[in-house]
Amino acid sequence: MMKADVPQATLPDLAGIVDANRRTDLIMAGIGILVLIVAMSLLAAVVIDLILGGWPRLINPDFYLNFPSRHPLQAGIVSAWVGTILVMLVTAGIAIPLGVGAGVYLEEYAARNWITDFIEINVSNLAGVPSIIYGLLALGLFIHGFGLGETILTAGLVLALLILPVIIVSTREAIRGIPLDLREAAYGLGADKWQTVHLYVLPAARSGILTGTIVGLARAIGEAAPVITIGALTFIAFLPPSPLQANPPFINFEWLESPFTIMPIQMFNWVSRPQAEFHINAAAAGVILMLMTLAMNGIAIWLRYHLRRQIR
Amino acid sequence: MPTLPSSLSPSGPPGSPLRASERFLRRRALWGSFAGGCLLIAAASSVFVTLGIVYVLITESMGFFAQVPFLDFLTDTQWTPVFENAHFGVMTLVSATVTVAGIALAVSIPAGLALAIYLSEYARREVRETVKPCLELLEGVPTVVYGYFTLLFFTPLLQTFIPGLEGFNMLGPGIVMGIMILPYTASVSEDAMRAVPSGLREAGYALGYSRFRVAMRVVVPAAFSGITAAFILGMSRAVGETMVVAIAAGQNPNFSFNPTEGAATITAYIVQMAMGDLPHDSIAYQSVFAAGIVLFVITLTFNLIGFFLRRRFKEVY
Amino acid sequence: MKIPVHFVMTVIALSITASVSTVSARDLVKIDGSSTVFPITEAMAEEFQKAERGKTMVTVGISGTGGGFKKFCRGETDIADASRPIKESESKMCQENKVDYIELPIALDALTVVVNPKNDWVDHLTVEELKKAWEPEAQDTVNNWNQIRSSFPDRPLKLFGAGTDSGTYDYFVEAIVEGKSSRGDFTASEDDNVLVQGVTNDLNAMGFFGLAYYEENKSKLKAVSISWKGGKPVGPSVDTAKNATYQPLSRPIFIYVNKDAVDKKPHVKRFIEFYLNNDHAQTLVREVGYVPLPTKAYTMALDKFTKRLTGTVFHGAEVGVGIEELLARVPQ
Repeated sequence: MMKADVPQATLPDLAGIVDANRRTDLIMAGIGILVLIVAMSLLAAVVIDLILGGWPRLINPDFYLNFPSRHPLQAGIVSAWVGTILVMLVTAGIAIPLGVGAGVYLEEYAARNWITDFIEINVSNLAGVPSIIYGLLALGLFIHGFGLGETILTAGLVLALLILPVIIVSTREAIRGIPLDLREAAYGLGADKWQTVHLYVLPAARSGILTGTIVGLARAIGEAAPVITIGALTFIAFLPPSPLQANPPFINFEWLESPFTIMPIQMFNWVSRPQAEFHINAAAAGVILMLMTLAMNGIAIWLRYHLRRQIR
Repeated sequence: MPTLPSSLSPSGPPGSPLRASERFLRRRALWGSFAGGCLLIAAASSVFVTLGIVYVLITESMGFFAQVPFLDFLTDTQWTPVFENAHFGVMTLVSATVTVAGIALAVSIPAGLALAIYLSEYARREVRETVKPCLELLEGVPTVVYGYFTLLFFTPLLQTFIPGLEGFNMLGPGIVMGIMILPYTASVSEDAMRAVPSGLREAGYALGYSRFRVAMRVVVPAAFSGITAAFILGMSRAVGETMVVAIAAGQNPNFSFNPTEGAATITAYIVQMAMGDLPHDSIAYQSVFAAGIVLFVITLTFNLIGFFLRRRFKEVY
Repeated sequence: MKIPVHFVMTVIALSITASVSTVSARDLVKIDGSSTVFPITEAMAEEFQKAERGKTMVTVGISGTGGGFKKFCRGETDIADASRPIKESESKMCQENKVDYIELPIALDALTVVVNPKNDWVDHLTVEELKKAWEPEAQDTVNNWNQIRSSFPDRPLKLFGAGTDSGTYDYFVEAIVEGKSSRGDFTASEDDNVLVQGVTNDLNAMGFFGLAYYEENKSKLKAVSISWKGGKPVGPSVDTAKNATYQPLSRPIFIYVNKDAVDKKPHVKRFIEFYLNNDHAQTLVREVGYVPLPTKAYTMALDKFTKRLTGTVFHGAEVGVGIEELLARVPQ
């Protein structure tokens, strides 16, 4: 080794390099934080803009109990939030059994062959398909093919299909997190496949599945495009019929066939009107919509924390 | 072959409790197969959804392609399917989609990368744990809200800087969407970067690299496929976005790459047509599905590329 | 699982409380069609539902006049809002589906051409100039204001107009272009609110829609006076529509009612009687921004309705016909 040929770094050189490195590090950290600040400011701007914009209507209790009206000051969101709840009931009722079932099958039952692979790719693709394509599916197949109308049932169906991939993926991840020991203990006790799954694995994976479901529903609450495509953009100043009734059999399904509106569509409706007073209503509706989404995400986070502690 | 005395066989002497266990086993197996069958149907449902989508898109637009020469569809620069002077150039809609998505990516790639590098290389664990949920919040805002924000707040703001900016334009939605997809670009990139084993990083540090250099020269190249996957998924999301562009970019099919103008994207066109009435065999109805096919093919391509890239980076480590 | 059960219970409880007012199946009046007529029908629907105390539900869609007729002639709606008379082809479709309709004019509209309020170079336009801007041949060629009139400044022409499903579109094209179609490269929307927003936000814009949308947004828009057949330019207003000086863009707007629906559903009959009631009509139509018909006209319309006279009095497109003459004709 020719020591004399290699330039030796002197102490001042090293100090210079270290300083330069420290500077670039600081700049890089600064840029990262800057981006974070910009992103959060956008979020804050959106939220503040909505709250400030919608404040006059938000503090007025009429807003929550009134129907839409041509008078901006009298217009309210009751048909919209009731519609959202009813549609979510249908969505949950369809998406949860299908999604959890599919996730369980893919994790517990399916062999590692090309069919499973194909289903996996399929689910991953569906997760990335734009929501409006689901709207087209509903338009072509449900409305024109099966003859379902522009009803709560159709809306619930299309939103359920939209969030199906989300529920499947989170179910799979939740189940994947359950250690093998639990299953082997179950088999040791004499359980068969299905018993292991529904008596041991599913309860253990509860928190992850529930969290994923709620996150999926939170996404569905804010979706407007597919529901507009099936034709929900109308003036609705009434509530769908109640699912419960006074005479036997005490439950009816008329509400499934009812015309309806939902929160994001009501907001879209009001935004499209150029009068400034309607924009106040739109902002207020936006705040409520965001609160609904936030509440669901919050419940999901709380559940994940709470149920995870139970397992430990 | 000697047989077991009846008292010891699984079925046991008639009426014995052991006979019940055979019945139990059989019933349990039956339930198990039934349950398994139901679960299989559930899993198959996802395939049916895809099949349904492909079926609907193809059959409902067949009438359109019977009338419109495919070359025209791909090359004409006007999209006026329902007018007398009818043109069917889907590139008109695609140009707007590409412009908006392009602007979104121009915002999101540098921002997402910078943020991902910061989170994976610089930030402490507590910072990361708080920042990531906050990023998820960006994604949780309903897109109608973003549309409203862009039209009524962001565009007027931009108009003070850019005098020629029209009321409906592609710049505002592009920028807002860029920030909207940060959870994809930043979070997924960051996951990819953190999957890089620390051994590689430590080698870099041992050589005297700064954190920045380690990040750019070691981590990013190592996590490259994961990062690319993140951007491609973000791009797919930007292309498929409907409400922000429908509200803020206008509904005029305009072959343009000029961000100060308004133009209808594929998604905005579909939603606009859907708001009217679409009788089954009208050219309007069919044009919607023709546009839908183009959209589906674009996002499918992106999704598949992203899926395989992601799988690759997960396998490597 | 404790928590989900509670969640489900809360949801059910909410549904109960929210639906307290609804006990039995309710009557539904389904309306769809013109975005121009929508504000009137919306107002009528709102007041009617209040008067009926929730016994009847009314839904009002905005698929456009053409879209509304398609649904109406398939029997999917009870009433079609229309900002132009029914076409021959649509009448035939109704006949084929055994839908008998009663044609009822309910107000007058002065179809308004607007520009941005800061537009200082236009104060009137001739019909010929409008035609130059909107005819099919203009597609991709007429892109600048100075191509309409050479004295106009060199500015890009941004157009906003009703979509092809809209009666407003059909009437405008009939009156201005004198044909069946227009150019296709403009922002077309069945939703007039989108057009208002477009013109308000763009200095170089020109658009057209019903008078009500102009009256509602006067501060954000500037109406253009129209000069017809070389006459003096006349601006759109309630008065110029009433005395028929604003031409050729004054027009009657209609509702078409399914005769079967009226006979079989008493709530539909009650709604129409509410609609044509002179007191309601005069106040609500005016409030919304359109031109109420003279009292005599509403009486004649109600009479026609009571007699269940079906069919249309229009044969082929007509521009500039007076209201009372219309009602005096015998439908076929």
